[in-house]
Amino acid sequence: MGMRYFGTSVQRQEDKKFLMGQGRYVDDIEFVGMLHGAFLRAEIAHAKINGIDASAAREIPGVHAVYTLDDLGDPYPDKPMTTAYASPLLKQTICQHLLAKDEVCFVGQTVALVVAESRHIAEDALSRIVVDYEPLPAVADCRDALDDDAPPTHLGLESNLVGNFYGKFGDIDAAFAEAAHTFKVDFHEHRGGCHAMECRNIITNYDPGKDETTVYLTTQSPFLIRRLMARYFEEDESKIRVICPDVGGGFGPKNGPYAEEFVLAIVSKQLQRPVKWIEDRREHFVATNTQGDQMWHMEIACEDDGKILGARGRVIHDMGAFVPYGLLLPATSVFPLPGPYALPALDVTLDAVFTNKTCTSPVRGAGRPNAAYAMERLIETVARGLKLDPADVRRRNFVRKDQFPYTTGGTLPSGDPAVYDSGDFHSLLDMALYKAGYPGFKKRQAAARQEGRYLGMGISSCIEDTGFGPYEGVKVKVQPSGKVLLQTGAASQGQGHQTVYSQIVAEELGVNIESIVYQSADTGTVPHGVATAGSRVTANAGPASQAAARLVRKKALKLAAEVLEIDEDDLDIEDGVVRAIPESGRNVNISLGDLSFKLTPLMNGKVPEGYEPELEATSFTSSTGVPHASGSSVAEVEVDVETGEVKLVNYVIAHDCGNMINPMLVDGQIVGGVVHGIGNALFERMVYDENAQPMSMNYGEFLLPIATEMPPIQVLHQETPSPHNELGVKGAGEGGTIPAANAIIAAIENALEPFGVVVNDHPVDPQRICELLDAAQDSASAA
Amino acid sequence: MSEQNNDEREITLTVNGKTYRETVETRIHLADFLRLQLKLTGTHLGCEHGVCGACTILVDGEAVRSCLMLAVQANGSDVTTIEGLADGEELTPIQKAFSEHHALQCGFCTSGMIMSLTAYIAENPGADEEAIREAISGNICRCTGYQSIVAAGVAVAAK
Ligand code: FES
Ligand code: FES
Repeated sequence: MGMRYFGTSVQRQEDKKFLMGQGRYVDDIEFVGMLHGAFLRAEIAHAKINGIDASAAREIPGVHAVYTLDDLGDPYPDKPMTTAYASPLLKQTICQHLLAKDEVCFVGQTVALVVAESRHIAEDALSRIVVDYEPLPAVADCRDALDDDAPPTHLGLESNLVGNFYGKFGDIDAAFAEAAHTFKVDFHEHRGGCHAMECRNIITNYDPGKDETTVYLTTQSPFLIRRLMARYFEEDESKIRVICPDVGGGFGPKNGPYAEEFVLAIVSKQLQRPVKWIEDRREHFVATNTQGDQMWHMEIACEDDGKILGARGRVIHDMGAFVPYGLLLPATSVFPLPGPYALPALDVTLDAVFTNKTCTSPVRGAGRPNAAYAMERLIETVARGLKLDPADVRRRNFVRKDQFPYTTGGTLPSGDPAVYDSGDFHSLLDMALYKAGYPGFKKRQAAARQEGRYLGMGISSCIEDTGFGPYEGVKVKVQPSGKVLLQTGAASQGQGHQTVYSQIVAEELGVNIESIVYQSADTGTVPHGVATAGSRVTANAGPASQAAARLVRKKALKLAAEVLEIDEDDLDIEDGVVRAIPESGRNVNISLGDLSFKLTPLMNGKVPEGYEPELEATSFTSSTGVPHASGSSVAEVEVDVETGEVKLVNYVIAHDCGNMINPMLVDGQIVGGVVHGIGNALFERMVYDENAQPMSMNYGEFLLPIATEMPPIQVLHQETPSPHNELGVKGAGEGGTIPAANAIIAAIENALEPFGVVVNDHPVDPQRICELLDAAQDSASAA
Repeated sequence: MSEQNNDEREITLTVNGKTYRETVETRIHLADFLRLQLKLTGTHLGCEHGVCGACTILVDGEAVRSCLMLAVQANGSDVTTIEGLADGEELTPIQKAFSEHHALQCGFCTSGMIMSLTAYIAENPGADEEAIREAISGNICRCTGYQSIVAAGVAVAAK
């Protein structure tokens, strides 16, 4: 056996080009004759369009065309887009037209497109387009959307309800009837947007000779986009090729369809020129889906010791103005709800509502961070109400190790029962608490308070359903040169797929990782894939890589045995060479390249009898069920009670994503995820005024986490293999984000315990903390 | 209006050791000039309003946001971009450390991060963790959570 790759922190195969400035992102690609597009976007959240005059824009030298919806031609004026994920639970599936028809419903909606020689000229021309808007009342806050006097978010709507999603099991009435204690808690969750450092970018290139459109796209799911385009255009899928070059981060919002790529596909075909559109950052704030708001009203029933009997409540979920993404975000906010806890009963209803704001879709973790925050809020509420140690309340309610596989009683969106496959939540929590110094913390906290310093520690635990199906296709092919071509359908936005799947294939096949040539995310060349989302790729493409490599190995060994006239069992593959093992007493070998050569003869050659040509195999092997990752986080903060400033002192996360293929890359995913979650807790807030006008459209107004604000983040691992795949892997992409918000918020509350401050909503900024401190002081002096 | 916008000027500057004499539109910022005119696409644009640092390059040895500077302002300057760091295939210590510490994921912020650290560590050998964090506080990374970037910076500064 050659070098072991699985489980080692192999340096990334993809790094060098990025380090040298040789990455190729969409904006780095040029074609002869390429034109540049710029979109005119709605400036008012809700308005009727009485007319658009683009004549002055068309006059500008260098402008090739200006398109309004009518200019796109038939059938587009009467053909709105369709949702990526239809569901019977959707009561009103309103999707936008490619360009606004006679109404705009959020600031940022596409209204017109200018195509010009350069982006600069296109932008010059935008300012010459005159749109006659008639403003209409708008809904800015999801909490108001279902009020009787709420204006319709779209003209003619009777209600702003998009649909409902339910999480129900057990006898909830009995749980509340029998409970020694019940508590209520309301909280508002806001999660920011995508903010990948590369915005959304597109080139469409129509080839009239082939009648084929190639789309270079910053997407997480090239095959999904191809299918949606093919359906919308009523084209054969072979006529559309979607290619993802290097993509500068995805984080969810790059997973779904957007009007822009559809418009550009039409325009490239009409003008018979390649067309590029590069989203600028200001556009990104309003044109790229965000995650938005949720208002939770929850109630919990428990015993004296904090053992939970049931939870119930209602969630109002902000969908934004349209439904490009179905109910995926509401679903992922509700179905993970019992979290790591064994809950006898649950009854939660989510109302998804329209507002006149940017559309929503999952952002790192999708609804899972929301659901995790909800469960953790309930735990905090119980601990506070009963004066119990929040760690103990968690321990008392965790699913125990001996309960796996554990059926929660809930159902997955697929309709299958939710079953947790494996884990050890108690030991994860203990690992994190110990590392964070929780046992001695009370003393340290008391001493600091003597000095007027307010330290706090907060805990958060979670599970994460990862690796949802159906598959990711992987092809492994040894070439006559001996190089091994590895193709996956799954697109990468920085996760390190090339390294991870190369590790698996190199180990399984018996080759050096350097001899692997990697290709992915091009619907024209690689096997079918689904999407890089929901921490799903490793648990799908991992098993498929292993299975494909295994098939190739088998074929190679069989042929080598015949060629070398030796028993197959006496052979092994090392460094790409099939050799007789020493015990066989023979000294013979043949390289994989030579075997490939034998299987790919040219003119007058002959394929060895009993073999198909090519030393290759394709596999769609995936996990047999849902691998559940889990984790517990402990955050330590210091709050300045004068300024409301929160200093993040330390953050520990104990995580279980099953067997780790590359621990260094897992740590990278976890730490990056934690920082995203910290952003959700403290920084990222998309602000709208009461007319749904966005107010935070640059990085001075919308804050992202920066290096100086981040605490040391310590990652601990527990490896409980998933029984759902031979590799024992689970997803790791979102496990850092999911629990982070509560750890931070609870730490702040713990720091401010002497003042009786309860934060509940996130993000929380210094100003809000000061308000809460003032309010606490007022009520204390009133009492 | 657009005629005024199309004012052009001739500039001479050195980029990665090579001298260029180019005619540029006066309204073009330096990043666009490098990317569109010189085809040096390793310098990235993440915000074009001076906050994300993705466009950081060296102008006469100083780290500069190339989205905040017009190309004409670089007339007579000596510019270094990410493409100009490695000696052939031989990476600089910072580039190597980025790979060793897994300080890049999607790679989009990476050029700017490396340019900021290159300038900073040249001026401040032996810089500690806090100083390195400060040095990249004007560079946003959405992927890594910064910790690995800081580790890479500290490792090189300590050498
Ligand atoms: S692109 Fe220049 S600072 Fe962001
Ligand atoms: S590596 Fe992706 S933004 Fe930094």
